[in-house]
Amino acid sequence: MTAARREKIEEALFPPVVAILIAFVAGDIIMLSFNQSPFVVWRLLLEGTWGNAYGFGQVLYKATTLSFTGMAVAFAYRAGLFNIGGEGQLAAGGLAAALVGFALPVGFPALLAILLGCLGAAAAGGVVGAVPGYLRVRFGAHEVITTIMLNFIVLALLNWFIATRLRVPETLHTPEIHAGAIARLSAVLPAFHGSAANLSVIAVLLTAIAMWYYMFRTRGGYELRAVGLQPDAAEYGGISVGRVLFSAMTVSGVIAGLGGINFVLGYKYYYEDGFAGGTGFLGIAVALVGRNNPFGILLAALFFATLSQGGLAVNAFVPKQMVDVLQGIVIIAIAASVPEVQRILLGSRRRPVTTSALDSQPAATEPPAAAV
Amino acid sequence: MNTFAIVTQVLRIAVPYLFAAAGGVIAERSGVISLTLEGYMLGGAFAAVVGTFYSGSPVVGALCGIGGGAVLALIHAVASIRYRADQVIVGIAVNLFAIGITRVFLKLMFGSSSNSPRVDGFATGYGDPLLWLGLLSTPIVAFILFRTVFGLRVRATGEKPEAAASVGVPVHRIQYMAVLLSGALAALGGVYLALDQHQFTDQMTAGRGFIAVAAVIFGRWSPLRAGAACLLFAAAETVQIHLQGNHVIASQFIEMIPYVLTIVALAGVVGRAIAPAALGRGET
Repeated sequence: MTAARREKIEEALFPPVVAILIAFVAGDIIMLSFNQSPFVVWRLLLEGTWGNAYGFGQVLYKATTLSFTGMAVAFAYRAGLFNIGGEGQLAAGGLAAALVGFALPVGFPALLAILLGCLGAAAAGGVVGAVPGYLRVRFGAHEVITTIMLNFIVLALLNWFIATRLRVPETLHTPEIHAGAIARLSAVLPAFHGSAANLSVIAVLLTAIAMWYYMFRTRGGYELRAVGLQPDAAEYGGISVGRVLFSAMTVSGVIAGLGGINFVLGYKYYYEDGFAGGTGFLGIAVALVGRNNPFGILLAALFFATLSQGGLAVNAFVPKQMVDVLQGIVIIAIAASVPEVQRILLGSRRRPVTTSALDSQPAATEPPAAAV
Repeated sequence: MNTFAIVTQVLRIAVPYLFAAAGGVIAERSGVISLTLEGYMLGGAFAAVVGTFYSGSPVVGALCGIGGGAVLALIHAVASIRYRADQVIVGIAVNLFAIGITRVFLKLMFGSSSNSPRVDGFATGYGDPLLWLGLLSTPIVAFILFRTVFGLRVRATGEKPEAAASVGVPVHRIQYMAVLLSGALAALGGVYLALDQHQFTDQMTAGRGFIAVAAVIFGRWSPLRAGAACLLFAAAETVQIHLQGNHVIASQFIEMIPYVLTIVALAGVVGRAIAPAALGRGET
């Protein structure tokens, strides 16, 4: 292993490890304040998640949606864009998947129905992602604000649609889909019985592989990262920055929207108002901890899903909301330690800037600050 | 319902927005992105109820609320200014942290996962000192920003930190003060909400902090325009309350107004939205 490579790995691993250690200490303090032994609670948390097939299935289920929203954030971030609209894109994707499954007749070939449902989810998410992309390129409207505002607008629209048009009376969800449910994992491995884990995990793996290949092995991916690192240089090098930004935002929305299949096609078989429940926002954390690398994101999603499911497992001892606190602490610590760690590493070793910089993060110290 | 009552209602709805937007303007003018207003409000609301519960005095409660908002602002400031963390990411995390920590303490102190016991509040309506302070927060912040040395330094820091530093302005200290002040101001918005309802309920701010962010941008970082945007949004909400059940316009569409207007503003339809030049850079 070369020194440069080792340094890169150190740089990628150090911030998450520090952040998780800080969260571990904070968790201890919370547990002690509830008069519980941290040793007992942490053990319970692990036993309730990775310790049995049901718990692990739940972790997998939660990690699936988180991976989608995390990859969505990372894809945009590689182009230097912040997509905070994952929440709205995910919800829109979920509703579209449900509408497709609902509109198709009973007896429609299941595999085809699933594909159509995935397409619908991707298309809906893509449309919601394309709007801030267009506004950014055409009017220079900063995507951080437009995506946040669009979250509220999209969620209100979907809520209106469900409340007034298509729902089971006395509920806030659509009727069940007729065709094209994604099989539960328990159909393949009976040990997972009862857990929500389903074969959407395959879609996640395929998306991660496709995203990695696109970003690091294709011309389009090179352009994406070039724009994220140095838009001016990219423009000068003949890359159409506006086109890259617009498509990055759209694809980001597509990935987030695809996340809707996990809940709708794989778990509940209907769209329910509020199912996104913060998963879109948590995708920002997942992307950050996963260092914007598709495979790093899968691991980060497993970590956050473990916390989330683990919170339920220990709820009798400490409130499950403890994990919200820990998540917040992890994000703050990692966001704070990334520039700091880079400063220390760069400061002490004065690494020369080479083209290999394209493999690392976009220049985070200089975000498109224009109009936040 | 007479005009007077309607005006009162608009003002009462506007107060939390006015406080938070006033705080947002100060922080953003110093160059620090304040997507954290929601978290400050929530922290302020919770601390105010705890303070009032244990002391029996809403004045003590309000002071606790300011403290709660300031603690969250300090986290945001240290991460953003000292460690130059990405302010957008930290902002989202501070909000998440505020939701979590208020829930944990709600459970720890009051044994409930949804709401606190009832506490005393200030007099309602025009007797509430926070109502007046809220209405005054906009002109006060305008005065601070445009008529004091501190305000001049805040604006210089947000526009051109290098230039400010070169003439001896302690850039980081100014940013710390601006962010702490924004935390305290936004927290008062939460205090008003909580004491007006005489209790804390889980996630009671319900997106109001983000509406305040919208108001800051729609008001193009001017305190008076941001305050006017808050009144506009509050008026829309009042209209919605009075139309409820009429089905003239679905409430969901009224809810969208602040957000749609902000996007319209950002797209330059009502004049270019020009942010402080150094916003989000987190460096000098």
